[in-house]
Amino acid sequence: MESYYDRSHLPRFGEIAKGSKELADAFFAYYNKVFEDGALTAREKALIALAVAHTVQCPYCIDAYTTASLEAGSDLEQMTEAVHVATAIRGGASLVHGVQMVDQVKKMSM
Amino acid sequence: METLLLELDMLPVVSGPRATQSLYTRAVPLVDPEEQFRVLNRLEIEEGPTKTGVFDHDLAASGWPRLQPDSLDVVQINLGKLCNMTCRHCHVDAGPDRTEENMDRATVEACLEVIDRTGARVVDLTGGAPELNPHFEFIIDACVERGIRVLDRCNLTILMTRRYSHLPEWFAERGVEVVCSLPHYRQIGTDAQRGAGTYRKSIAALRRLNEAGYGQRAADRVLTLVTNPVGAFLPGNQASLKHEWQAALARNHDVYFDRLLTLTNMPMSRYLEWLLEAGQTEAYLRRLVQAFNPATITGLMCRNTLSIGWNGYLYDCDFNQQLDMLMDVPRPHVRDFDLDAWLSHDIRTARHCYGCTAGAGSSCGGAINQ
Repeated sequence: MESYYDRSHLPRFGEIAKGSKELADAFFAYYNKVFEDGALTAREKALIALAVAHTVQCPYCIDAYTTASLEAGSDLEQMTEAVHVATAIRGGASLVHGVQMVDQVKKMSM
Repeated sequence: METLLLELDMLPVVSGPRATQSLYTRAVPLVDPEEQFRVLNRLEIEEGPTKTGVFDHDLAASGWPRLQPDSLDVVQINLGKLCNMTCRHCHVDAGPDRTEENMDRATVEACLEVIDRTGARVVDLTGGAPELNPHFEFIIDACVERGIRVLDRCNLTILMTRRYSHLPEWFAERGVEVVCSLPHYRQIGTDAQRGAGTYRKSIAALRRLNEAGYGQRAADRVLTLVTNPVGAFLPGNQASLKHEWQAALARNHDVYFDRLLTLTNMPMSRYLEWLLEAGQTEAYLRRLVQAFNPATITGLMCRNTLSIGWNGYLYDCDFNQQLDMLMDVPRPHVRDFDLDAWLSHDIRTARHCYGCTAGAGSSCGGAINQ
Protein backbone atom coordinates (compact mmCIF):
# COMPACT_ATOMS: atom_id res chain seq x y z
CA MET A 1 0.00 0.00 0.00
CA GLU A 2 1.21 3.51 -0.80
CA SER A 3 2.12 5.69 2.13
CA TYR A 4 3.66 9.08 2.75
CA TYR A 5 6.27 7.27 4.86
CA ASP A 6 8.36 4.60 3.14
CA ARG A 7 10.89 2.46 5.09
CA SER A 8 13.21 2.34 2.04
CA HIS A 9 13.68 6.12 2.15
CA LEU A 10 16.02 6.01 5.14
CA PRO A 11 18.84 3.99 3.51
CA ARG A 12 18.29 6.12 0.36
CA PHE A 13 18.78 9.40 2.25
CA GLY A 14 21.95 10.06 0.20
CA GLU A 15 19.87 10.40 -2.96
CA ILE A 16 18.97 13.91 -1.80
CA ALA A 17 22.31 14.87 -3.41
CA LYS A 18 20.74 14.54 -6.88
CA GLY A 19 19.36 18.08 -6.78
CA SER A 20 22.39 19.62 -5.07
CA LYS A 21 25.51 17.63 -4.30
CA GLU A 22 27.18 20.65 -2.72
CA LEU A 23 24.43 21.22 -0.15
CA ALA A 24 24.10 17.49 0.56
CA ASP A 25 27.84 17.10 1.09
CA ALA A 26 27.90 20.09 3.40
CA PHE A 27 24.90 18.81 5.35
CA PHE A 28 26.19 15.24 5.77
CA ALA A 29 29.70 16.41 6.71
CA TYR A 30 28.17 18.64 9.39
CA TYR A 31 25.73 15.92 10.48
CA ASN A 32 28.46 13.32 10.95
CA LYS A 33 30.66 15.79 12.82
CA VAL A 34 27.82 16.60 15.22
CA PHE A 35 27.58 12.98 16.38
CA GLU A 36 31.27 12.40 17.09
CA ASP A 37 32.57 12.09 20.65
CA GLY A 38 33.14 15.61 21.94
CA ALA A 39 32.30 17.40 25.18
CA LEU A 40 29.33 15.00 25.07
CA THR A 41 29.88 11.33 24.27
CA ALA A 42 28.45 9.77 21.12
CA ARG A 43 26.11 7.79 23.43
CA GLU A 44 24.75 10.94 25.07
CA LYS A 45 24.25 12.58 21.67
CA ALA A 46 22.37 9.53 20.39
CA LEU A 47 20.04 9.73 23.43
CA ILE A 48 19.38 13.44 22.76
CA ALA A 49 18.68 12.59 19.11
CA LEU A 50 16.30 9.83 20.22
CA ALA A 51 14.36 12.28 22.42
CA VAL A 52 14.24 14.91 19.65
CA ALA A 53 13.15 12.22 17.16
CA HIS A 54 10.10 11.58 19.34
CA THR A 55 9.41 15.30 19.60
CA VAL A 56 9.50 15.85 15.82
CA GLN A 57 7.76 12.46 15.49
CA CYS A 58 10.02 11.37 12.65
CA PRO A 59 9.75 7.59 12.13
CA TYR A 60 13.04 7.52 10.21
CA CYS A 61 14.82 9.23 13.11
CA ILE A 62 13.18 7.00 15.72
CA ASP A 63 14.31 3.94 13.76
CA ALA A 64 17.83 5.30 13.25
CA TYR A 65 18.41 6.54 16.82
CA THR A 66 16.94 3.49 18.50
CA THR A 67 19.62 1.47 16.69
CA ALA A 68 22.28 4.14 17.29
CA SER A 69 21.45 4.30 21.01
CA LEU A 70 21.65 0.51 21.37
CA GLU A 71 24.92 0.38 19.44
CA ALA A 72 26.32 3.19 21.58
CA GLY A 73 25.62 1.08 24.69
CA SER A 74 22.30 2.41 26.02
CA ASP A 75 19.64 0.05 27.32
CA LEU A 76 15.83 0.17 27.21
CA GLU A 77 15.48 1.88 30.60
CA GLN A 78 17.89 4.66 29.67
CA MET A 79 16.23 5.16 26.27
CA THR A 80 12.77 5.22 27.86
CA GLU A 81 13.92 7.94 30.26
CA ALA A 82 15.18 9.97 27.27
CA VAL A 83 11.75 9.70 25.62
CA HIS A 84 10.13 10.80 28.89
CA VAL A 85 12.36 13.88 28.91
CA ALA A 86 10.96 14.78 25.48
CA THR A 87 7.44 14.02 26.72
CA ALA A 88 7.89 16.14 29.86
CA ILE A 89 9.12 19.13 27.86
CA ARG A 90 6.29 18.77 25.35
CA GLY A 91 3.68 18.50 28.12
CA GLY A 92 5.33 21.26 30.13
CA ALA A 93 5.37 23.51 27.08
CA SER A 94 1.59 23.21 26.85
CA LEU A 95 1.04 23.58 30.54
CA VAL A 96 3.21 26.66 31.06
CA HIS A 97 1.05 28.47 28.50
CA GLY A 98 -1.74 27.96 30.99
CA VAL A 99 -0.33 30.90 32.95
CA GLN A 100 -1.25 33.12 30.01
CA MET A 101 -4.75 31.72 30.30
CA VAL A 102 -4.81 32.35 34.06
CA ASP A 103 -3.72 35.99 33.52
CA GLN A 104 -6.39 36.54 30.89
CA VAL A 105 -9.07 34.92 33.04
CA LYS A 106 -8.08 37.29 35.83
CA LYS A 107 -8.40 40.30 33.50
CA MET A 108 -11.75 39.27 32.15
CA SER A 109 -13.42 38.02 35.29
CA MET A 110 -14.94 39.71 38.33
CA MET B 1 36.90 -42.55 37.16
CA GLU B 2 37.51 -39.08 35.78
CA THR B 3 33.89 -38.78 34.64
CA LEU B 4 32.75 -39.69 38.12
CA LEU B 5 35.01 -37.07 39.71
CA LEU B 6 33.70 -34.52 37.27
CA GLU B 7 30.14 -35.28 38.26
CA LEU B 8 31.04 -34.86 41.91
CA ASP B 9 32.79 -31.59 41.06
CA MET B 10 29.65 -30.36 39.39
CA LEU B 11 27.38 -30.82 42.38
CA PRO B 12 27.94 -27.38 43.95
CA VAL B 13 27.55 -25.48 40.67
CA VAL B 14 24.67 -27.07 38.80
CA SER B 15 22.41 -24.22 39.89
CA GLY B 16 23.71 -21.35 37.77
CA PRO B 17 21.70 -18.67 35.97
CA ARG B 18 19.85 -19.87 32.85
CA ALA B 19 18.57 -17.76 30.00
CA THR B 20 17.78 -20.86 27.93
CA GLN B 21 18.73 -24.54 27.55
CA SER B 22 21.47 -25.88 25.30
CA LEU B 23 20.62 -26.78 21.70
CA TYR B 24 22.26 -30.11 22.54
CA THR B 25 19.75 -30.94 25.30
CA ARG B 26 16.83 -29.84 23.15
CA ALA B 27 18.24 -31.83 20.21
CA VAL B 28 17.11 -29.18 17.69
CA PRO B 29 18.38 -29.27 14.07
CA LEU B 30 20.50 -26.14 14.65
CA VAL B 31 22.82 -28.16 16.90
CA ASP B 32 24.38 -29.44 13.64
CA PRO B 33 26.92 -26.96 12.16
CA GLU B 34 25.79 -28.02 8.67
CA GLU B 35 22.32 -26.70 9.47
CA GLN B 36 23.86 -23.43 10.71
CA PHE B 37 25.79 -23.07 7.42
CA ARG B 38 22.60 -23.77 5.46
CA VAL B 39 20.66 -21.09 7.35
CA LEU B 40 23.32 -18.43 6.71
CA ASN B 41 24.26 -19.41 3.16
CA ARG B 42 20.74 -19.35 1.79
CA LEU B 43 20.44 -15.60 2.48
CA GLU B 44 21.01 -13.36 -0.53
CA ILE B 45 23.25 -10.52 0.57
CA GLU B 46 24.23 -8.01 -2.10
CA GLU B 47 26.43 -5.85 0.09
CA GLY B 48 30.13 -5.47 0.86
CA PRO B 49 33.02 -4.81 -1.55
CA THR B 50 32.00 -7.48 -4.10
CA LYS B 51 28.22 -7.37 -3.44
CA THR B 52 28.31 -11.18 -3.17
CA GLY B 53 28.24 -11.81 0.57
CA VAL B 54 31.05 -14.33 0.01
CA PHE B 55 33.70 -13.68 2.64
CA ASP B 56 36.64 -14.96 0.57
CA HIS B 57 35.62 -12.77 -2.38
CA ASP B 58 35.54 -9.70 -0.16
CA LEU B 59 38.94 -10.65 1.30
CA ALA B 60 40.42 -11.05 -2.20
CA ALA B 61 38.92 -7.72 -3.32
CA SER B 62 40.63 -6.12 -0.31
CA GLY B 63 44.08 -7.38 -1.30
CA TRP B 64 44.00 -10.68 0.60
CA PRO B 65 43.72 -13.48 -2.00
CA ARG B 66 44.94 -15.82 0.76
CA LEU B 67 44.38 -15.47 4.49
CA GLN B 68 47.34 -16.87 6.40
CA PRO B 69 48.80 -16.58 9.90
CA ASP B 70 51.27 -13.88 10.87
CA SER B 71 52.96 -15.12 14.05
CA LEU B 72 51.87 -17.36 16.88
CA ASP B 73 51.38 -15.15 19.92
CA VAL B 74 48.39 -16.72 21.68
CA VAL B 75 47.42 -20.32 22.40
CA GLN B 76 43.72 -20.39 23.19
CA ILE B 77 42.64 -23.59 24.90
CA ASN B 78 38.98 -24.49 25.20
CA LEU B 79 38.95 -26.67 28.30
CA GLY B 80 35.40 -27.91 27.71
CA LYS B 81 31.76 -27.14 27.13
CA LEU B 82 30.70 -27.58 30.75
CA CYS B 83 29.31 -24.38 32.29
CA ASN B 84 27.22 -23.46 35.33
CA MET B 85 25.31 -20.97 33.14
CA THR B 86 23.24 -21.22 29.95
CA CYS B 87 23.42 -17.83 28.21
CA ARG B 88 21.13 -16.94 25.34
CA HIS B 89 23.94 -16.03 22.93
CA CYS B 90 26.54 -18.73 23.72
CA HIS B 91 28.49 -19.73 20.59
CA VAL B 92 29.79 -22.85 22.35
CA ASP B 93 26.30 -24.12 23.26
CA ALA B 94 27.74 -24.64 26.72
CA GLY B 95 25.75 -25.54 29.83
CA PRO B 96 25.54 -27.76 32.92
CA ASP B 97 24.43 -30.65 30.70
CA ARG B 98 27.69 -30.70 28.68
CA THR B 99 29.49 -33.06 31.06
CA GLU B 100 31.13 -35.25 28.41
CA GLU B 101 33.28 -32.77 26.51
CA ASN B 102 36.13 -31.74 28.82
CA MET B 103 39.89 -31.79 28.22
CA ASP B 104 41.74 -34.67 29.91
CA ARG B 105 45.16 -34.55 31.55
CA ALA B 106 47.03 -36.11 28.60
CA THR B 107 45.69 -33.46 26.24
CA VAL B 108 46.56 -30.72 28.73
CA GLU B 109 50.15 -32.07 28.79
CA ALA B 110 50.22 -32.08 24.98
CA CYS B 111 49.09 -28.42 25.00
CA LEU B 112 51.95 -27.53 27.34
CA GLU B 113 54.42 -29.20 24.96
CA VAL B 114 53.09 -27.11 22.08
CA ILE B 115 53.34 -23.96 24.20
CA ASP B 116 57.00 -24.82 24.93
CA ARG B 117 57.78 -25.50 21.28
CA THR B 118 56.11 -22.42 19.83
CA GLY B 119 57.25 -19.78 22.30
CA ALA B 120 53.72 -18.36 22.52
CA ARG B 121 53.62 -15.58 25.11
CA VAL B 122 49.97 -15.79 26.08
CA VAL B 123 47.74 -18.70 27.06
CA ASP B 124 44.04 -17.90 26.87
CA LEU B 125 41.79 -20.33 28.75
CA THR B 126 38.16 -20.55 27.73
CA GLY B 127 35.20 -22.94 27.78
CA GLY B 128 32.40 -23.43 28.95
CA ALA B 129 33.46 -22.24 32.34
CA PRO B 130 37.16 -23.22 32.19
CA GLU B 131 37.31 -23.27 36.00
CA LEU B 132 35.12 -26.43 35.99
CA ASN B 133 37.80 -28.49 34.28
CA PRO B 134 39.61 -30.60 36.93
CA HIS B 135 42.99 -29.66 35.41
CA PHE B 136 42.33 -25.91 35.42
CA GLU B 137 44.64 -25.04 38.31
CA PHE B 138 47.31 -27.47 37.06
CA ILE B 139 47.55 -25.86 33.62
CA ILE B 140 47.67 -22.33 35.08
CA ASP B 141 50.47 -23.27 37.48
CA ALA B 142 52.37 -24.95 34.63
CA CYS B 143 52.08 -21.81 32.48
CA VAL B 144 52.99 -19.43 35.31
CA GLU B 145 56.13 -21.54 36.00
CA ARG B 146 57.07 -21.01 32.37
CA GLY B 147 56.64 -17.22 32.67
CA ILE B 148 53.67 -17.22 30.34
CA ARG B 149 50.85 -14.69 30.68
CA VAL B 150 47.57 -16.50 31.45
CA LEU B 151 44.07 -15.22 30.71
CA ASP B 152 41.03 -16.83 32.28
CA ARG B 153 37.77 -16.15 30.44
CA CYS B 154 35.49 -16.08 33.45
CA ASN B 155 31.69 -15.88 33.60
CA LEU B 156 31.92 -14.19 37.05
CA THR B 157 29.03 -16.15 38.62
CA ILE B 158 31.29 -19.20 39.07
CA LEU B 159 33.36 -17.15 41.54
CA MET B 160 30.28 -16.90 43.78
CA THR B 161 29.98 -20.69 44.19
CA ARG B 162 31.53 -22.08 47.36
CA ARG B 163 33.86 -24.47 45.55
CA TYR B 164 35.46 -21.71 43.46
CA SER B 165 35.29 -18.79 45.90
CA HIS B 166 39.06 -19.04 46.56
CA LEU B 167 39.89 -18.16 42.95
CA PRO B 168 40.16 -14.32 43.16
CA GLU B 169 43.08 -14.58 45.64
CA TRP B 170 44.45 -17.66 43.89
CA PHE B 171 44.50 -15.77 40.57
CA ALA B 172 46.05 -12.71 42.23
CA GLU B 173 48.93 -14.77 43.63
CA ARG B 174 49.72 -15.97 40.11
CA GLY B 175 49.12 -12.75 38.17
CA VAL B 176 46.36 -14.32 36.05
CA GLU B 177 44.43 -11.76 33.95
CA VAL B 178 40.73 -12.28 34.59
CA VAL B 179 38.64 -11.57 31.50
CA CYS B 180 35.03 -11.37 32.60
CA SER B 181 31.80 -11.44 30.64
CA LEU B 182 29.46 -8.59 31.47
CA PRO B 183 27.28 -7.53 28.53
CA HIS B 184 26.11 -4.31 30.15
CA TYR B 185 26.93 -2.24 33.23
CA ARG B 186 23.24 -2.24 34.11
CA GLN B 187 20.98 -5.14 35.07
CA ILE B 188 18.27 -5.25 32.39
CA GLY B 189 20.46 -6.31 29.44
CA THR B 190 22.81 -8.47 31.49
CA ASP B 191 20.04 -10.66 32.93
CA ALA B 192 18.19 -10.84 29.57
CA GLN B 193 21.24 -12.37 27.92
CA ARG B 194 22.75 -14.41 30.75
CA GLY B 195 19.81 -15.35 32.96
CA ALA B 196 17.94 -13.85 35.94
CA GLY B 197 20.19 -13.05 38.89
CA THR B 198 23.38 -12.90 36.82
CA TYR B 199 23.87 -9.17 37.28
CA ARG B 200 23.70 -9.26 41.07
CA LYS B 201 26.13 -12.19 41.25
CA SER B 202 28.45 -10.59 38.70
CA ILE B 203 28.71 -7.34 40.65
CA ALA B 204 29.39 -9.32 43.83
CA ALA B 205 32.12 -11.29 42.02
CA LEU B 206 33.69 -8.08 40.70
CA ARG B 207 33.80 -6.78 44.28
CA ARG B 208 35.63 -9.95 45.33
CA LEU B 209 38.15 -9.42 42.50
CA ASN B 210 38.61 -5.77 43.56
CA GLU B 211 39.24 -6.96 47.12
CA ALA B 212 41.91 -9.33 45.79
CA GLY B 213 43.70 -6.37 44.19
CA TYR B 214 42.19 -6.52 40.72
CA GLY B 215 41.06 -3.43 38.82
CA GLN B 216 43.54 -1.04 40.44
CA ARG B 217 45.76 -0.61 37.36
CA ALA B 218 48.37 -3.12 38.54
CA ALA B 219 50.06 -5.00 35.68
CA ASP B 220 49.83 -8.34 37.53
CA ARG B 221 46.17 -7.95 38.61
CA VAL B 222 44.45 -7.03 35.37
CA LEU B 223 40.66 -7.11 35.45
CA THR B 224 39.16 -6.99 31.98
CA LEU B 225 35.46 -6.78 31.17
CA VAL B 226 34.01 -8.09 27.93
CA THR B 227 30.80 -6.66 26.52
CA ASN B 228 28.84 -7.98 23.60
CA PRO B 229 25.55 -6.51 22.35
CA VAL B 230 22.32 -7.75 23.92
CA GLY B 231 20.56 -8.05 20.56
CA ALA B 232 20.98 -7.74 16.80
CA PHE B 233 23.29 -4.75 16.60
CA LEU B 234 27.01 -3.97 16.55
CA PRO B 235 28.99 -3.01 19.66
CA GLY B 236 29.79 0.65 20.36
CA ASN B 237 33.15 2.38 20.38
CA GLN B 238 35.40 0.51 22.82
CA ALA B 239 37.34 3.52 24.16
CA SER B 240 34.24 5.67 24.56
CA LEU B 241 32.31 2.89 26.32
CA LYS B 242 35.19 2.19 28.70
CA HIS B 243 34.95 5.67 30.21
CA GLU B 244 31.18 5.44 30.59
CA TRP B 245 31.40 1.99 32.15
CA GLN B 246 34.13 3.03 34.58
CA ALA B 247 32.14 6.05 35.70
CA ALA B 248 28.86 4.11 35.98
CA LEU B 249 30.27 1.07 37.84
CA ALA B 250 32.19 3.31 40.24
CA ARG B 251 29.13 5.49 40.89
CA ASN B 252 26.55 2.71 41.19
CA HIS B 253 28.55 -0.08 42.82
CA ASP B 254 32.01 1.19 43.83
CA VAL B 255 33.42 -1.43 41.43
CA TYR B 256 36.58 -0.92 39.33
CA PHE B 257 38.14 -2.58 36.29
CA ASP B 258 41.16 -2.03 34.01
CA ARG B 259 40.16 -2.82 30.45
CA LEU B 260 36.93 -3.10 28.46
CA LEU B 261 36.74 -5.24 25.32
CA THR B 262 33.87 -5.00 22.85
CA LEU B 263 32.95 -8.21 21.02
CA THR B 264 30.58 -8.69 18.10
CA ASN B 265 28.13 -11.59 18.29
CA MET B 266 28.83 -14.23 15.64
CA PRO B 267 25.75 -15.46 13.78
CA MET B 268 26.04 -19.08 14.95
CA SER B 269 24.86 -21.54 17.59
CA ARG B 270 22.48 -20.16 20.25
CA TYR B 271 22.84 -16.56 19.06
CA LEU B 272 21.80 -17.70 15.58
CA GLU B 273 18.82 -19.47 17.12
CA TRP B 274 17.81 -16.20 18.78
CA LEU B 275 18.25 -14.29 15.50
CA LEU B 276 15.96 -16.79 13.76
CA GLU B 277 13.31 -16.52 16.49
CA ALA B 278 13.48 -12.72 16.43
CA GLY B 279 13.29 -12.65 12.62
CA GLN B 280 16.57 -10.72 12.53
CA THR B 281 18.92 -13.16 10.80
CA GLU B 282 18.98 -11.52 7.37
CA ALA B 283 19.06 -7.95 8.72
CA TYR B 284 21.93 -8.83 11.07
CA LEU B 285 24.05 -10.60 8.44
CA ARG B 286 23.41 -7.71 6.05
CA ARG B 287 24.55 -5.27 8.74
CA LEU B 288 27.77 -7.26 9.26
CA VAL B 289 28.52 -7.45 5.52
CA GLN B 290 27.71 -3.75 4.99
CA ALA B 291 30.14 -2.91 7.79
CA PHE B 292 32.96 -5.06 6.29
CA ASN B 293 36.16 -3.15 7.10
CA PRO B 294 39.34 -4.27 5.26
CA ALA B 295 41.47 -2.44 7.85
CA THR B 296 40.58 -5.16 10.39
CA ILE B 297 42.07 -8.05 8.38
CA THR B 298 45.70 -7.60 9.47
CA GLY B 299 44.68 -7.87 13.14
CA LEU B 300 42.25 -10.79 12.89
CA MET B 301 42.85 -13.20 15.77
CA CYS B 302 43.07 -16.21 13.47
CA ARG B 303 46.39 -14.72 12.30
CA ASN B 304 48.07 -14.87 15.71
CA THR B 305 46.10 -17.45 17.70
CA LEU B 306 46.09 -21.23 17.79
CA SER B 307 42.75 -22.59 18.95
CA ILE B 308 42.76 -26.01 20.66
CA GLY B 309 39.55 -27.91 21.36
CA TRP B 310 38.76 -29.99 24.46
CA ASN B 311 39.74 -33.17 22.58
CA GLY B 312 43.02 -31.72 21.26
CA TYR B 313 41.87 -30.92 17.73
CA LEU B 314 43.15 -27.70 16.18
CA TYR B 315 41.20 -24.82 14.69
CA ASP B 316 41.76 -21.29 13.39
CA CYS B 317 39.57 -19.80 16.11
CA ASP B 318 37.08 -20.78 18.81
CA PHE B 319 34.17 -20.03 16.44
CA ASN B 320 35.49 -22.41 13.77
CA GLN B 321 36.02 -24.89 16.58
CA GLN B 322 32.32 -24.85 17.49
CA LEU B 323 31.43 -25.17 13.79
CA ASP B 324 33.64 -28.29 13.44
CA MET B 325 35.84 -26.47 10.89
CA LEU B 326 39.12 -28.29 11.54
CA MET B 327 42.33 -26.46 10.71
CA ASP B 328 43.47 -27.10 7.14
CA VAL B 329 46.75 -28.87 7.96
CA PRO B 330 47.59 -32.55 7.37
CA ARG B 331 47.20 -33.59 11.03
CA PRO B 332 45.13 -31.02 12.90
CA HIS B 333 45.75 -32.33 16.42
CA VAL B 334 47.78 -30.87 19.27
CA ARG B 335 49.97 -34.01 19.44
CA ASP B 336 51.01 -33.44 15.81
CA PHE B 337 51.34 -29.66 15.86
CA ASP B 338 53.89 -28.34 13.37
CA LEU B 339 54.66 -24.61 13.53
CA ASP B 340 55.88 -24.38 9.92
CA ALA B 341 52.75 -26.08 8.63
CA TRP B 342 50.67 -23.68 10.73
CA LEU B 343 52.50 -20.60 9.40
CA SER B 344 51.91 -21.58 5.77
CA HIS B 345 48.37 -22.95 6.00
CA ASP B 346 45.25 -21.23 4.67
CA ILE B 347 42.79 -20.06 7.33
CA ARG B 348 39.31 -21.49 6.86
CA THR B 349 36.48 -19.01 6.52
CA ALA B 350 32.71 -18.91 6.09
CA ARG B 351 29.98 -16.32 6.42
CA HIS B 352 30.21 -16.06 10.22
CA CYS B 353 33.67 -14.49 9.66
CA TYR B 354 31.93 -11.21 8.72
CA GLY B 355 31.39 -10.86 12.49
CA CYS B 356 35.14 -10.31 13.03
CA THR B 357 35.57 -7.77 10.19
CA ALA B 358 32.51 -5.58 10.88
CA GLY B 359 33.04 -1.96 11.87
CA ALA B 360 35.97 -1.60 14.26
CA GLY B 361 36.49 -5.39 14.06
CA SER B 362 36.18 -7.99 16.78
CA SER B 363 38.56 -10.47 18.35
CA CYS B 364 39.16 -12.14 21.70
CA GLY B 365 41.24 -9.04 22.37
CA GLY B 366 38.27 -6.77 21.65
CA ALA B 367 38.01 -4.18 18.86
CA ILE B 368 40.77 -4.46 16.23
CA ASN B 369 40.82 -0.87 14.88
CA GLN B 370 40.23 1.93 17.31
